[in-house]
Parts: sequence; C-alpha cells; structure tokens
Amino acid sequence: MTEKDGKKHLSLLIKGVHCAGCIQKIEASLYADDKVTNARLNFSTGRLNLKWDGGVECADQFVDQIQALGYSVYPFIEDHISGEHEKEERFLLLCLGVAGFAMGNIMLLSVGVWTSSLETMGMSTRGLMHWISALIALPTIVFSGRPFFRSALTALKNGHTNMDVPISLALVLACLMSIHETLTHGEYVYFDSAVMLTFFLLIGRYLDFKARRKARGAAIDLMQTFTGFALVVDGDDKKRVAIRDIQEGMRVLVAVGEKIPVDGQIVLGTTSIDTSLVTGETMPREAALGDDVYAGTVNLDAPIVMEVTKAAEDSLFADVIRLMEKAEQGQAEYVRLADKAAKLYTPVVHSLALCAFILWWGILGATWQEALLIAVTVLIITCPCALGLAVPVVQVLATGRLMKHGILVKAGDALERLAKVTSIVLDKTGTITIGKPALVGAYDIDALQIAAALAAHSQHPLSKAIVDAYEGDSLKVTDVKEHAGSGLEGVYNGQTIRLGNAVWCGVDEEVQNDSVQMQIWLSIPNQKPMSFTFADQLRSDTKETLEILIKSGIKATLLSGDREAIVKEVAHDTGLTKYKAEQKPADKYAYVEELKAQGETVMMVGDGLNDAPVLSAANVSMAPGSAIDVAQNAADIVFMGDKLEPVLETHKIARATQQLVKQNFALAVIYNIIAIPLAFLGLVTPMIAALAMSGSSLLVILNSFRLRWVK
Amino acid sequence: MSILSILIPIALLLSLVGLVAFVWSLKSGQFEDLDGAAQRILLDDDEKNEEN
Repeated sequence: MTEKDGKKHLSLLIKGVHCAGCIQKIEASLYADDKVTNARLNFSTGRLNLKWDGGVECADQFVDQIQALGYSVYPFIEDHISGEHEKEERFLLLCLGVAGFAMGNIMLLSVGVWTSSLETMGMSTRGLMHWISALIALPTIVFSGRPFFRSALTALKNGHTNMDVPISLALVLACLMSIHETLTHGEYVYFDSAVMLTFFLLIGRYLDFKARRKARGAAIDLMQTFTGFALVVDGDDKKRVAIRDIQEGMRVLVAVGEKIPVDGQIVLGTTSIDTSLVTGETMPREAALGDDVYAGTVNLDAPIVMEVTKAAEDSLFADVIRLMEKAEQGQAEYVRLADKAAKLYTPVVHSLALCAFILWWGILGATWQEALLIAVTVLIITCPCALGLAVPVVQVLATGRLMKHGILVKAGDALERLAKVTSIVLDKTGTITIGKPALVGAYDIDALQIAAALAAHSQHPLSKAIVDAYEGDSLKVTDVKEHAGSGLEGVYNGQTIRLGNAVWCGVDEEVQNDSVQMQIWLSIPNQKPMSFTFADQLRSDTKETLEILIKSGIKATLLSGDREAIVKEVAHDTGLTKYKAEQKPADKYAYVEELKAQGETVMMVGDGLNDAPVLSAANVSMAPGSAIDVAQNAADIVFMGDKLEPVLETHKIARATQQLVKQNFALAVIYNIIAIPLAFLGLVTPMIAALAMSGSSLLVILNSFRLRWVK
Repeated sequence: MSILSILIPIALLLSLVGLVAFVWSLKSGQFEDLDGAAQRILLDDDEKNEEN
C-alpha cells in the first residue's frame, strides 16, 4: 500500500472475474463507499487499482466487501521484474508505432518514384523525394531500431552473434548506402526497405514478447494465489497478515472452509481436514490438538488455531518461485529453435554478402559503389523477417485459441514437446475422476430431503455431495452442531436427528457393509437408520477421450496410489489395459523415468502433491484447474472444467502448431533460396527487394492463421 | 510538380497527427487492458468510472 496526495493507494489481484457484469459489480460496490475516489479493474490481468481518502483500516473493509461478492482477493506484489517487462512491452509498442508511421509515409513517396522514370519525374523531384525519405527514415531507424542494436551490441560484447547482428548491420549499411546515393543523385535508395524491415521485425519481436509475458504472468498469478492473507492471533488481537510475512511461532486462526496457509501444529480446536488436494485421498482426516497440518489442505468442521512450524518462505513458497523460473527457462528453449536457425544463418549471409562484394568489385570490374550496393541488397533481402515471425505468430495464435477453451499454456515450449508425445500417464483421483464423491446406489427420497437439510450446514465433502444430489424444497433444521470425525446433529420436527458414520448413528455392526468405503447414515428416533453410499465419479468424457488418444497411437497408462480393486475397476470402465495400483510418488517417478529410458516421450496428467515430482519429470505435463497449486505450477499446461477433453484438444493444437512452424521455416528457406541468387546477380531493384520481403512475411503470417481452421 | 510542395507536407502532417494520437493513447495506458475494453462496452452506466 502506498500513499500519495493524502490518498491511500492499493493494488489487489482478483480471481473469478469473467464478464462485464463482474467488473461492474466490483467497481460499483466500491464506488458506493464515498471514501473511494478511484476503483478500476483491469480485466486482462485481474488487477484492481484502488484509491481512497481516509484511514489504512478501510483496506480490510474493501477486501471483505469484494470477498462477500464471491471473488477471491489476493494482495498484488509489485515485483521488480514484472514492472520492467511492462516497460519493455510499452517500449516495443512505441517503436512499432513509430516504424509503422514512417513506413506508411516513405512508401507513399517510394511508390511515386518506382512508378515513374527519370523523364516523367525529373532529376530534382526525385532528389527531393529521396531527401524527404531520408529525413523520415534516419530518425526512425535510430529510434525504432534500438531493440535490435542493443541486442546485437550485447551479443558482440560477449563474443558471439545472434539474429540481431546481421539485422543491425543491414540497417546501418542500407542507411549509409542510401545517404551516399542521395548525395550523389543516384537512382536507388534503400530507406523504404530499411524501415519496412524494422517494422516487420518489430511485429515479430512484439508478438514474441507478449506470448512470453503471458506465460510468465500465469506463473506470477499462481504464486500470488498461494500468498493471500491469513488471520494472525496475537493475544486478544487479530490482524490480517500476508501469508509471505508469516513467521515461525505465530498463531494463525483458520476459519471453517478456509485453506490452511502454512505448515503448522494445532494448538486449539478439533476438526477434520480435507487433504484431497495434497494427498489425493477422497475422505477427510481428523485432526486434534497437537496434530500437524499442512499448507494447501482445507479446514472443514470447526475453527482452529495453529502454531506455525515453518515460515511460508521456507516451505512451498520457495518451490513455487523455483518452478516459475523453470517455466521461464523452458520458454527460452523454445525460442532457441529460431536462434538455432540464426546461428547457422548469420555466418552464411555475411560471407555471401562479402563474396558478392569481392566478386563484383575484384573480378567483374564494377565500381566499388555498385559492388557495395549488391552486397547490401544480399544482406537486406535475406534478412530474416519471415524467419523471425515463423515461431511467435503461430505460438500467439495457438495459446490464444487454447486460452479460449480454458487451457492455459504455461511453458513456452510445452506445445513443441507435446506434439512428440508417444505415451501418456494418468493419475486417477481428481484427474480422470472428478475427485469429489457423488451419491450412488439406492436411497430413500424422503430421507435424502431430511439429510440434505442437515448437510447444508457442513463443509464435509459427503455433506456437499448430499446437498448436490438433492433438488427440491429445503426443510428447516435447527440447532445444528458438527462433531468432528463423527457427524452432524440437529433438531427437526422436535426430534433430534443425526447424520454421520455408523457408530454415531447407532447402526448395528451386522448391518454395516464393509466393502463399501464411503457410506454415511441418517438416524431419526424410532426409525431404522438409513444409509447413503458414495463413489468418486469419472469425468463424463473420460472413455471417449482416451479411446481417441489410443487410436492415434499413444500408449496410455493409469498410475494410482489407490487400492488395486478400485484401480482395476476404473481401468476397466475407461477401457485402459495398462494400469498400476498402490503407487507411491517415488514409484510413479521411477515408472516415468523407465518409460523415458525406453525412448518414449511421456506426458503426465495429474493433480495431487504426490504427482508433482512426476509432472516435473515427464517430458510434458498437464494438470486440471482443480489441482493443488504445487501441481499446477509443476505442470506445463493447466486446463479448466469437468471434462478430460482439453487433453485431446491441446494435443491436436500442439501437432497443428508444430506443423505450421515447420511449414513457416520451409517457406522462409524457399524464399531465401530464390531471392539470394537473384540479389547476388544484381537483378534485384529496391522495389523488388521491398515487395519480396513483405510478401514473404505476409505469407508466413497468413499460413500461421490457418491454425484457426484446425478442427 | 509544384503541387507536391503542398501535398507532401499535408500527408506528413496528417500521419504525424496519427502518430501523436498513438503515442498519447500508449502513454495514457489504453493498451494496458485490451480485453477489458471489449467487456466494458456492455456496461450501461459507465459514467461514474469515467474519471480515469
């Protein structure tokens, strides 16, 4: 939080904003408070900028207000890196705008020069045109060419070359050459080509940068979700503290339904903890005084106070940052594909240009100006517009399309690796199943109505399943109490009713069914207890999705930590022939390593903490949006929704993307094969050079847009 | 050809206006939230948010 002109300023990160309605709801609710002078929600980034007159304590009230609307609020941490990147993106856009302006004007003049001859235009008019072009082009190149010059200088200083070295050289030589031509009233100037080259290359640079920032932004968002606030108890005092500031030994109050923010030990209260996100277990675990609880699990039954045993920084926080950095490095690897081409390309082009100069000047007896002109033409015409655009354009289109389907591509080279996948490994709970129990089997409808009324007071997964299963009018149950580890008790029609485990409801042992794992009972005085049975359900399209994947030649394996019988049944239901049950994280890891050693390219789909190492180890990995943060961070791709279909969609888009990138490289190479000899022979005029260059760039862009038609 | 001495400055001036407009929109943060603009057009009473 900062202060300026007597006003408080706060940036928050808001999750769950989907539409215009959300923007309005949040902004209007904040403006309803007279103290607020400015509330603006950035829809693209989910950032809310808030300014108000008055005390610091209002911040808590605003946060509560937004949370009451049903959105999650996190403190926005303005880190140094993302601020720098924002500046860099604006700088690139500015360079692009200036280059575009200059290109439009110079082309206006150049077309006039190209379409007329010396007789129709006259020497002095043409000279004037050239001078005006020079006046526009030279400042433009100096201004907009900076991204290339800087990068080239850095590379040269470090003793190696990159794509920007020939670009910078061509720009500088073209300008020098053109100035010389203008001064000596020559026929051709290269100002238009130089500016156009800058413009097209900046488009590629900008798109590439945007794609990278998007990937990085996703990682930063996840990290900030993991931060958030916690309620720290200090004597009788309670205050809201950002999770990253929590220190060892602090006491934290965790309300019912809240995520436990850090690792710690319970010092007050008894509750049950939903550990499904961390361990993959469907049933909650009981926790009493002195028990250890872990970050990422959810407190279900009663408020607890815990003593922090590990500061946030020492636990998962550090991991998250490490994983984020990994994602960024992966991005660099992907672009390296284009840089690989550049490494090959730079010496070839430079020596070709040098050859052209020596050939024409030394052997064919041209003047040094003519020879230099041809050498520069070779440099310009081979400049890698198309090559520079080949990867970023397709990548931006692909991630954009997947984003619309609720699929977030976090690692830049994920699609490239995904296209090569030969084997897919799936986790069971939460991945091919929804990970939430649902009511199955026979039950009494009247009993369900009563049970639902009672269950509505609880956060327990089985209670939620009962409420979800019941549709209709709700009954009134009063005095509801939750007894951790046992069940619920309430008063209905003057009678005390209970919902919970068999012992709690006084069920005779003979009636209990051992084979069914998830079962709860409803007991009403003077009636026989009635049971409800639950099972974890498959995602609705699991079978079809896996069938299509297997048909396309990919081997699928089910790896689960669950019991053999259950895994076998799920494998049977989904048509999977290969499965492994009772796998510990280390077993899963070993299995994937073994597959990799056999030469397979492995994709892992998983959601739990036990999957996280495997997600990192696999060649490429996906996690559902319901997965624990650590798994989402470890995964290259995160998908939303209750279906498994995104896995198929991503695979399809990845293959199409890879194909288009290859086609684009091929197009660029073909263009160079045709253009270089022509330039070498001195047959290319500046007009043809300019047209050929923009033509090849357009061709690559248009080819990339074919991704839209991939069905 | 003397018409050029009028036309070229006009052309340059017009596009310079465009460039200035672009730089202004960039500086005033209009490129920060491209998706938000598409959504905000659907809001009815946007007036009180205008002060930005």
